[in-house]
Amino acid sequence: MGVEGIGARVARKEDKRFITGAGRYVDDMVVPGMKHAAFVRSPYAHADIRKIDVKAAQAMPGVIAVLTGRELKADGVGNLICGWMIHSKDGTPMKMGAWSPLAVDRARYVGDAVAIVVAETKGQARDAAEAVEVTYKERKAVTDAVKALGKGAPQLHPEADNNLIYDWEIGDAKATEAAIAKAAHVTRMHIVNNRLVPNAMEPRAALGHYDKAEDHYTCWTTSQNPHVARLVMSAFYNIAPENKLRVIAPDVGGGFGSKIFIYPEEIVCLWASKRAGVPVKWVADRTESFLTDAHGRDHVSEVQMAFDKNNRIIGLKVDTIANFGAYMSLFSSSVPTYLYATLLSGQYDIPAIHANVRAVYTNSAPVDAYRGAGRPEATYLLERVMETAARELGVDPAELRRVNFIRQFPHQTPVILNYDAGDYEASLDAAMKAADYAGFAKRRDKAKKAGRLRGIGLSCYIEACGLAPSAAVGSLGAGVGLWESAEVRVNAVGTIEVMTGSHSHGQGHETTFAQLVSDRFGLPVDSVNIVHGDTDKVQMGMGTYGSRSGAVGMSAIVKALDKVEAKAKKIAAHLMEADEGDIVIENGELKVAGTDKSVPWFQLALAAYTAHNLPAGMEPGLKEGAFYDPTNFTFPAGCYICEVEVDPETGRTEIVQFVAADDFGNIINPMIVEGQVHGGIAQGVGQAMLEGAHYDPASGQLLTASYMDYTMPRADDLPSFKVSTSNTPCPSNPLGIKGCGEAGAIGSPPAVINAITNAIGNNDLTMPATPQRVWAALKAATKH
Amino acid sequence: MYQTTYHRAASVSDAVKHLKKSDDAKLVSGGMTLIPAMKTRLAAPADLVDLRHIPEMRGIAVSGKTVTIGAATTHAEVATDARIAKACPALSHLASHIGDPHVRHMGTIGGSIANNDPAADYPAAMLALDAIIVTNKRETPAGKFFKGLFETALKEDEIITAVTFTVPAKSGYEKFPNPASRYAMTGVFVAKGKDGVRAAVTGAGEDGVFRSGEIEAALSKKFEPAALEGVSVPSDDLMTDIHASAEYRANLVVVMAKRAVVRANA
Repeated sequence: MGVEGIGARVARKEDKRFITGAGRYVDDMVVPGMKHAAFVRSPYAHADIRKIDVKAAQAMPGVIAVLTGRELKADGVGNLICGWMIHSKDGTPMKMGAWSPLAVDRARYVGDAVAIVVAETKGQARDAAEAVEVTYKERKAVTDAVKALGKGAPQLHPEADNNLIYDWEIGDAKATEAAIAKAAHVTRMHIVNNRLVPNAMEPRAALGHYDKAEDHYTCWTTSQNPHVARLVMSAFYNIAPENKLRVIAPDVGGGFGSKIFIYPEEIVCLWASKRAGVPVKWVADRTESFLTDAHGRDHVSEVQMAFDKNNRIIGLKVDTIANFGAYMSLFSSSVPTYLYATLLSGQYDIPAIHANVRAVYTNSAPVDAYRGAGRPEATYLLERVMETAARELGVDPAELRRVNFIRQFPHQTPVILNYDAGDYEASLDAAMKAADYAGFAKRRDKAKKAGRLRGIGLSCYIEACGLAPSAAVGSLGAGVGLWESAEVRVNAVGTIEVMTGSHSHGQGHETTFAQLVSDRFGLPVDSVNIVHGDTDKVQMGMGTYGSRSGAVGMSAIVKALDKVEAKAKKIAAHLMEADEGDIVIENGELKVAGTDKSVPWFQLALAAYTAHNLPAGMEPGLKEGAFYDPTNFTFPAGCYICEVEVDPETGRTEIVQFVAADDFGNIINPMIVEGQVHGGIAQGVGQAMLEGAHYDPASGQLLTASYMDYTMPRADDLPSFKVSTSNTPCPSNPLGIKGCGEAGAIGSPPAVINAITNAIGNNDLTMPATPQRVWAALKAATKH
Repeated sequence: MYQTTYHRAASVSDAVKHLKKSDDAKLVSGGMTLIPAMKTRLAAPADLVDLRHIPEMRGIAVSGKTVTIGAATTHAEVATDARIAKACPALSHLASHIGDPHVRHMGTIGGSIANNDPAADYPAAMLALDAIIVTNKRETPAGKFFKGLFETALKEDEIITAVTFTVPAKSGYEKFPNPASRYAMTGVFVAKGKDGVRAAVTGAGEDGVFRSGEIEAALSKKFEPAALEGVSVPSDDLMTDIHASAEYRANLVVVMAKRAVVRANA
């Protein structure tokens, strides 16, 4: 592998600029003549907009423009769209209500943008935004999805009767019902998956610049996928044709999914830039982030799992209500369907599954993909039910899982996915060993003597990532293909630039992608630059989400490297008068195998560009591009075991041990993979014990709109993690890699809750398991 | 933040002068609550008068059994002062657990007391220690100083210059932090002095810091955690919010009191 090749723990190249404060984010961008924007936002969860009076605001110091939705509409700017078509089980298409970038007649959630103010300074823009007089007529609001479906609930969009966006199903209802009817045991649960706020460290931001001379727009934005942003802004919002619109996502401080989507603000800043004749920058403050970043999760489900007399699962029935918020965000429709229900087979051989999903509008922030996107919801539901079933059946939870594991691959589940490889028992065994599962009873007894309740919980997760075969997702309703592109550009002196459509916003691509090149040509990673995040530099790409940059983005680079290598070998063979098949590349040299003849890499590159002596008919230069379209999803899987101690007097829970045993396929940089697992578990523990977006049911106000009330995980909330991998290479891509970005967040919440419920002897516990909730559940358990 | 004008007062009288000159001035002594409120545009004083650099308001003195802490003394200074650690370790412990290091190096005891946040730590200590709040105009016992949520006995132009208290025989403080803000969701300061036991509760009361009669009665019999076994406090006047119900807080009052006594007796 070489010291900097595949499998090496190369320190992250990008960290020097990040940790010295030299990163360059959207807010660091300055364009001559640039002005600042503030948005006027609805203080009501649901209200008619009767009148907007901008006169006073326009007269404020420094104000350049105050613009509303009416002007936006007059200029032909389109509504925001959801790019994945889902059909209800009756065959009708999903009911998408109009989402104007600036609300015109009605505001549908607290934070809905109503107008934009452009001023000389940020302070002046904010002062003037407060002076915009909006006359609202408040309507009744509903933020709870179950209530929104109920009779007499406030209606959000005329397109969606009863606030129902779609009523979708997957699997075989009849076979599942039959399995439940004949089951020896059925475990039934009501499962709530709490709503989360993504909380990227860098708030969203946009800088729109209309260049009148060129009739050309540039948009700097906090995006995980700038090319998709350009495509959507061009094709649907009528901002400008693609050749007249450049989108740049420079350093981006975390996304976790929330920066996949196109939001109103970047569209409005671009439009306002032309309208006002100045470049317009907007940077969200933390309150705006809480209110308007797309939230995650928010499912309510009823589940039944049926077992035969040998404790084998014979059927699974799930009925889920998914809260979509006030508008359908870009990929919202795919999350509780193809990213959720298709994973309901978990690691288990289940002959019959049926899931029904209803997507619902409510007066809350739009909900879309957040680290894991659908897969954490599936895993939480399945793994809580497995643990509960084991308790009901009186068998060890590990053994119940073992009995039901899929053991032969490929495995076709009843819910579309075809698992290509895996060894679930290997992960379970590794985790049990690392956790000293057998010694738990002793530890529990010891804790009891110290007045503490100790519990242990498992979670065996699987996820589908490496999104995704284009034809497959196309047939399921996706508006785009999910391939990736790469271009490897060897400079005349042998240094290399790699253009990639993947976007790095914390993942470490500048290091791992360079390791691929280093591995191939035996060059130091410092001689390789990774270029991304600019539609003018990289031709096209689908961006970073769904743990796809390794499996898909790197595979595209591999394909391009193959082409570069082939051409380089041809040139080397010609220069050394050898057979092409005898050329090997080692330590930065092209050698004729079995001889002492060699050409250094830099000399080879120079030969390609001087073109003085190339094989007959060969084009000069050394630069190759490739597109890679995956042949299947990849299926990372693993086993997490959490051990907790609960203080029975306060309900305070401490995680005393957390073990993760993952199967990620082949690994490029183990240090970065471990970091991804650590971060994912931190977010999973956050969901399980700390985080939860809470709307006031009457007013629809977000009560957790700051860190005073929204609990982010901190270092002292988390233990030292014991992480390991036991890998089965993925057969579906050239590197054999599966993806690791979301696993921690997917696998960990049920392990935590299973451990806490085990400790307190009460299974009736919802996330986040705050001290108060644990205390109340414990009290309820001791009352019985 | 709206536009504001900052004045650094050189003395207490200078501060009063600035205060009188402006129609809308606010005193700031660390600003650990005020500045965030201004940043989110919830507070908008035209003038800020900073008390933190007034020499006569700074410093700690321990003379016999009397401790005096200047109002502009930071939490970090109280937390690390060797004389306080000897005279009243519970106060050192309390100060060392306020906010984070940044807050402890900016926030001051006077600022905390004057603000009287219902979840702040210092008011509980002042009430349990039966401290005297010294201002430029008078001396008020803590029991008459804290008047409710963010309300105190302070009049206009009145500035806290110091607090003073008698060293207790024993004292302890224990708080259960709010998971998000890390303010006290319930904190109990217990002190055993020559006039008996006082137990003050912060973070829990609907009207801010208060003394718990139930806790004091039990601990007066025996200053041991066991004395609180089976004791319950009413939840009627306790806060309910998304983090904790009144019932849960009532439980925490007793548990934190027990643990404070363990600390006091350690």
